[in-house]
Amino acid sequence: MAAAPKDSNMDDTPLVLGGRSFKSRLIVGTGKYRDFAETRAAVEASGAEIVTVAVRRVNITDRTKENLLEYVDPTRYQILPNTAGCYTAEEAIRTCRLAREMGVGNMVKLEVIGDQQTLFPDVPATLEAARALVKEGFIVLPYITDDPVACLKLAEIGCAAVMPLAAPIGSGLGIRNPYNLRIIIEQAKVPVIVDAGVGTASDAAEAMESGCDGILINSAIACAKNPIAMATAMKMAVEAGRMAYLAGRIERRLYASASSPLDGLIR
Amino acid sequence: MASGAREIILNGEPYRLDGHTPLAVLIERLGMKPTRIAVELNHRVVPKAEYGRVSIAPGDRLEIVNFVGGG
Repeated sequence: MAAAPKDSNMDDTPLVLGGRSFKSRLIVGTGKYRDFAETRAAVEASGAEIVTVAVRRVNITDRTKENLLEYVDPTRYQILPNTAGCYTAEEAIRTCRLAREMGVGNMVKLEVIGDQQTLFPDVPATLEAARALVKEGFIVLPYITDDPVACLKLAEIGCAAVMPLAAPIGSGLGIRNPYNLRIIIEQAKVPVIVDAGVGTASDAAEAMESGCDGILINSAIACAKNPIAMATAMKMAVEAGRMAYLAGRIERRLYASASSPLDGLIR
Repeated sequence: MASGAREIILNGEPYRLDGHTPLAVLIERLGMKPTRIAVELNHRVVPKAEYGRVSIAPGDRLEIVNFVGGG
């Protein structure tokens, strides 16, 4: 008899960010949903434990509007405020300070945008803001270009993770530079979370198979025809991709390698 | 600020405010829950514990933010 197969549920280490452990490697955004009820259902279906939000002025004239936190319970989810829409380090730092005063902890998604059309990061401004925020005790998760040197510098500064983009925010183009991503992962001394550009489940699986530690997805779920089903698909893809990475894929080869034995063929 | 002004700038818009008003009173008047907002007074974040002590006066610039959907 062959040896009993190993447990298919491979033991995985948790995703650790700023000393906190998470079982889910999928982080989801809350933008672009039809309403808060749909947001809540999609977040639930995704299995995510970390949920991003934006910081904006309260509508003074229309106070009938409901609050997002009534639907995404901050005692159940790690809320990750972002600095979306900030074009300078100063704006981003100001936004983070306000976000921290909301009382949901000190973990922030830092993004300093450099260009309106591509929403690519302003790398020097991101480094500047990261330096200041780390000094102020924030757990900083920076959105950054898929640039290995920028990622190394952010880790040196003391960021809890680096979050290189797969493709422009909301583009759904998938991983545009898998080789840079591989370099970033190989060199990383902090978790690598692919942030932005994922279009569908196979993109998420591909990113996880390449060995990244997590993925942040918003548009691909929120703008899908059925966001709840896509949230479920992304959950499964992230788990499948992670398990395939841990299992260790076969080498690619140009020619065939028979699966069936050559011995015992009838002649 | 011209003397006799009776306005603050609240979230970028003029907002009428007669004399000094405790921040906590203003927040209540605006129908907001302190646990769901963060406040910046003249570019400085106001800790929640100070909402009762801090006084808002005409000419002040106040930002009140909350969380909205985002990625």
